[in-house]
Amino acid sequence: MFHDAALVAGKDLRIELRSKVTLQQMAPFAVLVLILFGVALDPDRGVLGRASAGLFWVAVLFCALLAIQRAFTIEAADGGRDALRLSGLDPAGVFLGKAAAIAVQLAALEVVLAVGVVIMYGAEVTGWPLLVATCLAATTGLAAAGTLYGVLAAGLRVRETLLPILLLPVLSPVLIGATKAFEAALGGVAADGWPWCGLLVTFALLYLAFGTLAFGTLLEES
Amino acid sequence: MEPVVHLRGAVTLLGRFPALAGIDLDVSAGEIVLLRGPNGAGKTTLLRLCAGLLPVARGTATVLGHDLADRRQARSVRSRVGLLGHATGLYDELTVADNVRFWGRAAGAAPAEVAGALAACGLDGRLSDLIVARLSAGQRRRTSLACLLARRPELWLLDEPHAGLDHEGRDLLDDLVRRAVADGATVVLSSHELDRAEGLAHRVVHIAGGTTDAPTAAPTSGEVALVP
Repeated sequence: MFHDAALVAGKDLRIELRSKVTLQQMAPFAVLVLILFGVALDPDRGVLGRASAGLFWVAVLFCALLAIQRAFTIEAADGGRDALRLSGLDPAGVFLGKAAAIAVQLAALEVVLAVGVVIMYGAEVTGWPLLVATCLAATTGLAAAGTLYGVLAAGLRVRETLLPILLLPVLSPVLIGATKAFEAALGGVAADGWPWCGLLVTFALLYLAFGTLAFGTLLEES
Repeated sequence: MEPVVHLRGAVTLLGRFPALAGIDLDVSAGEIVLLRGPNGAGKTTLLRLCAGLLPVARGTATVLGHDLADRRQARSVRSRVGLLGHATGLYDELTVADNVRFWGRAAGAAPAEVAGALAACGLDGRLSDLIVARLSAGQRRRTSLACLLARRPELWLLDEPHAGLDHEGRDLLDDLVRRAVADGATVVLSSHELDRAEGLAHRVVHIAGGTTDAPTAAPTSGEVALVP
């Protein structure tokens, strides 16, 4: 399973390195979202500072939708889905590999966004361990749930519009938990953020387990 | 000896409609069987059924000893068959070598086997570093064939394999098929290149309206049973 996961993750990341979609499209999109929030809320700098955690994770969520769509678009082209089914790869390995590749891309985008939030919104980090742990747990949860719903929507003609409708409600616990934990890490009391980080870890573990078990069936049936 | 492909009254559905209306077919180990029939006859569907990609709604379908009516067994057979279809399954952003390496390694192929598959398809050297998106249709077909070769399948299912290939590519394909059969593989193919495909096949099976209408029993050893 882990050999297959490494193979799939390596392939997806190599495709991203070659196509540069993350670098040339998603990263500018993420920065653009931050700028637009900044322009909209700039008259009240205090609101912008207080909302920086939530705005950061909303931007990450938008980027996650793009990354997940992209991860399954590359499989939809030219019979890739059937080729995957015929490949002999363990479906659980395919799930973990695709989720890992999405997580790596999101982590890279989060670094860009974090720099943007510090520069544009004037955010100050007071709890680095909480910040890093939140990013790791939330990113894993986003990637795992996104991969699961991505394959569910991938077989449908209306996947581009259906995926956000299916996925955004599911990801709302990540948005809430990550925002609360980030608020604590950005100038709040770090101890208040760890329970929220625990929620994110639980969410990630649940979706990793569920995805490992269900991905094969979804790949077949959807 | 148990046939590699054994179908009796096999029916599969595309949506709610039967795409195969009770196929009978036996293919023995080491045979090359050509499926012949008009467009829409069910050749592609039959090949996909044999690959374990379509469910068996009625009848019996056994491939390489796996009962395809059992979903779990149908999934198991996939790693033992190679399907060369209309779609190539290639990743446009990757190079030829990347693609063959990925699909080969997914099936457990060693690096030397991947290199051998590339060379056998005339894709070694500079060609192997080309991005697939920049390939011609024939080169894509060769890459797809190299992916199949790297997977070392026991049953080759070839859907219009000559399409898009130039004369040299077609000769290469036929040669690879003959070599695979000499090494113990079995081949079922469909083709509209009848002269060439009939020269390759041991036996021709006619298919029309989702069913076979010609003798389907495997010929005895050494016998060539070409049905005109």
